Amino acid sequence: MIKLIVLIVAAALIGFIAWWFFGKHTTRAVDAAMTGQSQDAAVEVSGGYSPSTVVLKRGVPAHITFNRKDPSSCLEQVVFPDFGINQFLPKDQDQVIDIDTSKAGEFDYACGMNMFHGKVIIK
Amino acid sequence: MSIKNRFVFSLIVSLPMLVEMVGQPFGFMLPGGAWTMFLLTTAVMAVSAGPFIESAWAAFRHHHANMDTLVAIGTATAYLYSFYATLTGKAVFYESAAFVVTFILLGQYFEEKMKHSASGAVSKLVDLQAKDAEVMRDGQLVKVPLAEVIVGDIVRVKPGQKIAVDGVITEGTSTIDESMVTGESMPVTKQAGDHVIGATMNNTGTFLFRASKVGSDTLLSQIVEMVKKAQTSHAPIQKTVDKVADIFVPAVLMIAILTFTVWYVFLGASVVNAMLFAVSVVIIACPCALGIATPTALMVGTGRSAKMGILIKNGEVLEAANRVKTVVFDKTGTITAGQPQVTDIVGDPETVLDVAASLEVSSEHPLAAAILDKAKADGRTVTAATDFKAIEGKGVQATVNGQAALIGNDKLLADYALTTELSRQMTKLQSEAKTVVLVGLAGKIIGLIAIQDAPKASSAGAIAALKKRGLRTVMLTGDNQRVAQAIAAEVGIDDVIADVLPGDKADNVKRLQADGPVAFVGDGINDAPALTTADVGIAMGSGTDIAIESGGIVLVKNDLQDVVHALELSKKTFSRIKLNLFWAFIYNTLGIPVAAGVFFALGLSLSPEIAGLGMALSSLSVVASSLLLNTSKLTSAPAPTAA
Repeated sequence: MIKLIVLIVAAALIGFIAWWFFGKHTTRAVDAAMTGQSQDAAVEVSGGYSPSTVVLKRGVPAHITFNRKDPSSCLEQVVFPDFGINQFLPKDQDQVIDIDTSKAGEFDYACGMNMFHGKVIIK
Repeated sequence: MSIKNRFVFSLIVSLPMLVEMVGQPFGFMLPGGAWTMFLLTTAVMAVSAGPFIESAWAAFRHHHANMDTLVAIGTATAYLYSFYATLTGKAVFYESAAFVVTFILLGQYFEEKMKHSASGAVSKLVDLQAKDAEVMRDGQLVKVPLAEVIVGDIVRVKPGQKIAVDGVITEGTSTIDESMVTGESMPVTKQAGDHVIGATMNNTGTFLFRASKVGSDTLLSQIVEMVKKAQTSHAPIQKTVDKVADIFVPAVLMIAILTFTVWYVFLGASVVNAMLFAVSVVIIACPCALGIATPTALMVGTGRSAKMGILIKNGEVLEAANRVKTVVFDKTGTITAGQPQVTDIVGDPETVLDVAASLEVSSEHPLAAAILDKAKADGRTVTAATDFKAIEGKGVQATVNGQAALIGNDKLLADYALTTELSRQMTKLQSEAKTVVLVGLAGKIIGLIAIQDAPKASSAGAIAALKKRGLRTVMLTGDNQRVAQAIAAEVGIDDVIADVLPGDKADNVKRLQADGPVAFVGDGINDAPALTTADVGIAMGSGTDIAIESGGIVLVKNDLQDVVHALELSKKTFSRIKLNLFWAFIYNTLGIPVAAGVFFALGLSLSPEIAGLGMALSSLSVVASSLLLNTSKLTSAPAPTAA
């Protein structure tokens, strides 16, 4: 009897894992706030990047402020391969990263181990 | 709390449990038994493993899973089950949780240290910069911080000082050690009119120079920028790895649950044993080794090549360079020096050269410049001739030291006879596609000077080395077939494509690509399309900005030997990436079944502690293997540089 319960629980757990990690979960894109001659966005780093997609206007100097709440060493660096940025994020401190918005497009960024992903859209 | 402190804490707190584990066979028990272990492990879980759990939870809420998820679930399972076992008086395995945390933190601590040394190349480059400069302001030399130097400033550099920014010498001469930027080991002599590079070291003389590039425009800043981009770029091979990593962790969790279920439900193992197998699976499966296999090797490889004056722009270029079958060279400025030089003097060298130089001293003909350069290089004092008279279409004549002298092309043969020896030499030189100049004195031809845009000293050696590596070499030039053939024969190039119009270079590269990936080496504006078309564009650092922009690899030293080094380093780095990935994959694919107890019947199994140690070792071995790239031998070891 107990073995049957274990079996059912195990099957349920596997199903949950599949749904939770592989299912479609929509993320929201956030527009950067315009302040005078520049635009700013804030990204909280905690188990991922939230918001994970930031939309910037082309041609306006942009600053994205990362604040790492997560203690994991996985997330301690943020890498923008297209811009040659590899920035260390001190824990619980604001770290401003300037983005070159001269070219439109979608630019992915990731943590140092390339396990967590975020995106900057310039249009 | 830093990783190091978390490690030290968990090590100290776990020690009593280690003592008990060793002492158990001899009847040694910790006072307080399971409850003491509970307290010790609780401390480890709260202090050292806390951040893992915190981060795993944060990731979980974002539908993400990472290595922290695995560590947190693995250790928490062991810990919580043991607590339940303590209450019900069953066997406990607290030490598994504590030891796993300790080992993983040890691995992370070393990994952190090694990663810093892998990314050190860039910060070392930036440190090369001078901190201040002596600048002429209102007729006075004043010391100003580097940031305040502007374009057009006159800067003074004394012996032993660093040159602050890029510029052109206006006054004085010196020898300059440029090894930090170009990798060139010999100091270079520079005088008024020569370019100097910021961050290089002035050795012997004091000179003034006019700043031409400052701030982010300097060569050093551009090198730093390029290396940074290369190091953060991804090799295409990484994309496959990322796909695997994305589904890896959840898949491992499922396998762990399956492992437990199969052992407990179908094979009748005890709850403890089934759980130990499941926990081992979770612990051993961390994909970190996969995640760092490519970036660390890329970082070390591009950093090392930058130190040799070879700038590899990104991982894509590196992967392409590894497959190159044909290397195509532009002729002028790439294989050759790019300007005519005196290659042979027939007759008494000193007299012939002196007479020729005296006649050419006020000429602006490119061949005249070659003769004057040669006279200067040989340390001859040149006195201008007098009474110049042009010989229409043939040359000039004038008076040198009271004697009638003349210099001109082979049409002079109509008026003067050559000795048989001279005429034999002349035919030979002309067959080598050299331009031959006749020099006459007192009514008689006394010698010949041969001039050619000669190959650089390093070209022949570099091409031989490429051929030895099994590569086909091709020369692509707009020059005529005869000259091209002569140069090709001299440096040993396989094939020649001559008389190519500037716009057709890219098309020729495309045609060669039919036989396999092509690398193109060039320097001019007209080479830019070919540099972009080729699988790997290699630009000479002395070349035009547009060529440097178009190339995937830039050779700061302009030395063709560096083409060999660049290809070899790319190959080394790429095979290191493949090796790293291979080991990381093998480790996981073999480790998981072993941890799951598939080979239990054969007596092969892993306890969670060993799995934790193994995981730490796998990441360490990958980082260590990348760092070894720094010391790996190049078969094309830098050739002794000609002074």
